[in-house]
Amino acid sequence: MDVPVPDAAILSRKPAIVARLRAVLPRDAVIDDPAETRAYECDALSAYRMQPLAVVLPRTTAEVAAALRVCWEEGVPVVPRGAGTSLAGGSMPTADAVVLGIARMNGVLETDYDNRFIRVQAGRTNLSVTGAVEAEGFFYAPDPSSQLACAIGGNIAMNSGGAHCLKYGVTTNNLLGVTLVKMDGTVVEIGGPWMDAPGLDLLGVVCGSEGQLGVVTEATLRILPKPEGARPVLMGFSSNEVAGACVADIIKAGLLPVAIEFMDRPCIRACEAFAKAGYPDCEALLIVEVEGSPAEIDEQLAAITAIARRHDPVALEQATDEAHAKRIWLGRKSAFGAMGQINDYMCLDGTIPVSTLPQVLRRIGELAADFGLEVANVFHAGDGNMHPLILYNANKPGDQERCEALGAEILKLCVEVGGCLTGEHGVGIEKRDLMGVQYRPADLEAQMRVKDVFDPKWLLNPAKVFPLAVSAGRRAG
Amino acid sequence: MRPCTEAELAEAIRAATAPVAVRGGGTRGQAVAGAVLETGGLSGVRLYEPGALTLVAGAGTPLAEVQAVLAAERQRLAFEPPDLRALLGRTGVSTLGGVAAENASGPRRVQAGAARDAMLGLRCVDGTGAVIANGGRVMKNVTGYDLVKLLAGSRGSLGVLTEVAFKVQAVPEAETTLVGEGFSPEAGLAALRSALGSPFDVSGAAYAGGQVLIRVEGMAGSVAYRAGQVRARIAGDWRLAEAAESAAIWQGVRDVAAFAGKPGALWRISCVPGEALAVPQALAAARVPHEALWDWGGGLLWLACPEGQGALIRSALGARGHATRLRGEESSPVLPPVSPEVAALQAGLKAQFDPRGILNPGSLG
Ligand SMILES: Cc1cc2nc3c(=O)[nH]c(=O)nc-3n(C[C@H](O)[C@H](O)[C@H](O)COP(=O)(O)OP(=O)(O)OC[C@H]3O[C@@H](n4cnc5c(N)ncnc54)[C@H](O)[C@@H]3O)c2cc1C
Repeated sequence: MDVPVPDAAILSRKPAIVARLRAVLPRDAVIDDPAETRAYECDALSAYRMQPLAVVLPRTTAEVAAALRVCWEEGVPVVPRGAGTSLAGGSMPTADAVVLGIARMNGVLETDYDNRFIRVQAGRTNLSVTGAVEAEGFFYAPDPSSQLACAIGGNIAMNSGGAHCLKYGVTTNNLLGVTLVKMDGTVVEIGGPWMDAPGLDLLGVVCGSEGQLGVVTEATLRILPKPEGARPVLMGFSSNEVAGACVADIIKAGLLPVAIEFMDRPCIRACEAFAKAGYPDCEALLIVEVEGSPAEIDEQLAAITAIARRHDPVALEQATDEAHAKRIWLGRKSAFGAMGQINDYMCLDGTIPVSTLPQVLRRIGELAADFGLEVANVFHAGDGNMHPLILYNANKPGDQERCEALGAEILKLCVEVGGCLTGEHGVGIEKRDLMGVQYRPADLEAQMRVKDVFDPKWLLNPAKVFPLAVSAGRRAG
Repeated sequence: MRPCTEAELAEAIRAATAPVAVRGGGTRGQAVAGAVLETGGLSGVRLYEPGALTLVAGAGTPLAEVQAVLAAERQRLAFEPPDLRALLGRTGVSTLGGVAAENASGPRRVQAGAARDAMLGLRCVDGTGAVIANGGRVMKNVTGYDLVKLLAGSRGSLGVLTEVAFKVQAVPEAETTLVGEGFSPEAGLAALRSALGSPFDVSGAAYAGGQVLIRVEGMAGSVAYRAGQVRARIAGDWRLAEAAESAAIWQGVRDVAAFAGKPGALWRISCVPGEALAVPQALAAARVPHEALWDWGGGLLWLACPEGQGALIRSALGARGHATRLRGEESSPVLPPVSPEVAALQAGLKAQFDPRGILNPGSLG
């Protein structure tokens, strides 16, 4: 992957830039010792790393604004960072950039159960938002698997999803307002605890803009009353095709489970070896979860299992109690960890129309064989968001390149069948150069014009999202 | 102008030297000056996959046509787009593009989201005549910036929509509405809060004229159970309206039928539900006669009152929400004031997408 050449003039001005940042921030909020900045050299796409010029760790919106204003005046790129769990290289810095970490901004500013919202600082972790309201019977719906670590600011930047977004939507559907600091230090309040915007939907375009339009310092989030209960059912099938057809039938029947998760044989095997969840030995497995009172759950699961039976399941197992439900989810939740035990892997994230599921799984198998690599599939089947995991050996010369090439082919396939390059992980640096597969030049130009408005100097996370050649003129300017 | 293809539309915009007023069916939104550009030629459902819950159609497709296609598969647009023709005294055929450009969302907004939440992708022609595609037709998509949201509700100010992709929803097996009479506004709004704060997945929560309306939808057994639970939770004099009766009630709420034909000004206020009484109380204190109808659990307030109250309404609301003028009182701005920072961003976006300022001039306030 290409990395833009760091600006030598900025590197040579490092002492002056750091001194200016120190002048406007508390003593412990500026880090420039390479031994300490190393911790910020990459995110969860750890194959790519580079040490930043410096790191700032502000505690307030005013401090964020002050730091950004200095960088804006100095012409120094800034890479916003939440918890650094991006799988797309979204928070990976360049050598001439200042990392602006929001981890210290983790407070709850307001909780309002009557009006069902919470306002938090953007560095608060996803899970601790729910943690702040669950005693009152509420929760924050988007639940990425990384929820223990990832920050709300990162979730907003990536418009993250989770296992339960089939019913509750992704971040953008649960976000009511933000405090945004633009690159020039201007603070903008966007949205609020009401349900629509009077003018343009700026909130909608900020969400998912991968830290390129501004730094989110505070967020107003919709909270929901917790359902009375939930119960998963596990279904095994004799082929991916049959499992895919079952998913389509459940959706067409108008049933709305909160989650439909899919695992194929390589994934089932790895999870079973790792987590010992007691999964059946079969070609494809679905976990379908529904919510409500016990009677409502019975009603929904009766309809769902009736559909499943029409597809001759080789296994059909309804959770009988809490422990059983946990065990059913255990394998799925440890899927990434399990794969990590046996191999290096790369996690893809394309979305496809649900109807093309069987066809795409077959084609992925063929592509994998062509490249001589193995692919395990685990994904959110209800909304077509695939996570093919390509297994490779990082120590074997050429394997990573082969793996990346296969990944690109799989993502192109997703676009070809009517889908997209990324359903929830974002473009970052990883899919930057594939954007031309999905969008024509005019489509990318329209997106870049939005950045021109928010960040005319293109200093915020500049080398992401758009192919480097496409954004070159703007970044230089 | 009535282009029949996207290319013709792009050509027309490029050639335009004066403002154009983009018109779907002319059934909603404010009137703007300019040569009328009708989207009716860009019509037709282009893709419908019931099994994937997706529909793609030309922006000029009549809403009724889309609804009929969906109904044949027992599906629907979850966000219940209002039909405001009677309310606004308009005739004409509402189009899908108009719904998208106004982000027109009905009572189910509280549970299933707004039009913008159901929009998966779009194509449009911006003010320079460039054709832009964004999003797609799949449920989850974070590839690049979400211009779909930016264009949703943009009132034709940034581009003329040519095609829109929507996520659709299966029509549930059953629906029931709890109808409660004799509630004061305070008690009525408290009832709505209680219902929406319950785990019973309420999909409609409205109040007007002493009457509380609370809707639940889903599988038959579940609907009966949840209606019972909500009823047990809120003291009052309740009756149940089922199926078609329930649907008719919500069509009335959705279309603000009670205010059709009323003289004077009409306002739509979006606010923190807990502050939903601020404006009516201010009007009462000033002895201004008014009528109010609350939807979205109090988060949406429709207000009919004599003309000349815009300043009072907007100052009573303060920073707790925003008021849009729908009808009457031509001297007041349609849209509420925004902060200088937001205004600068809006102006910047307008300048990028429509540098000549020819698309629906004035529609951003
Ligand atoms: C094991 C694992 C499981 C995962 N599971 C899921 C999943 O189920 N669903 C899913 O959607 N994702 C998932 N992810 C991806 C990742 O967790 C999400 O993208 C997450 O939202 C990133 O949050 P973060 O705080 O770590 O952000 P970072 O990685 O720090 O940053 C991500 C992006 O956000 C920007 N950013 C961060 N904070 C701000 C801010 N305050 N203002 C502006 N921009 C900002 C950064 O510049 C960067 O572009 C997973 C990752 C891992 C490692």
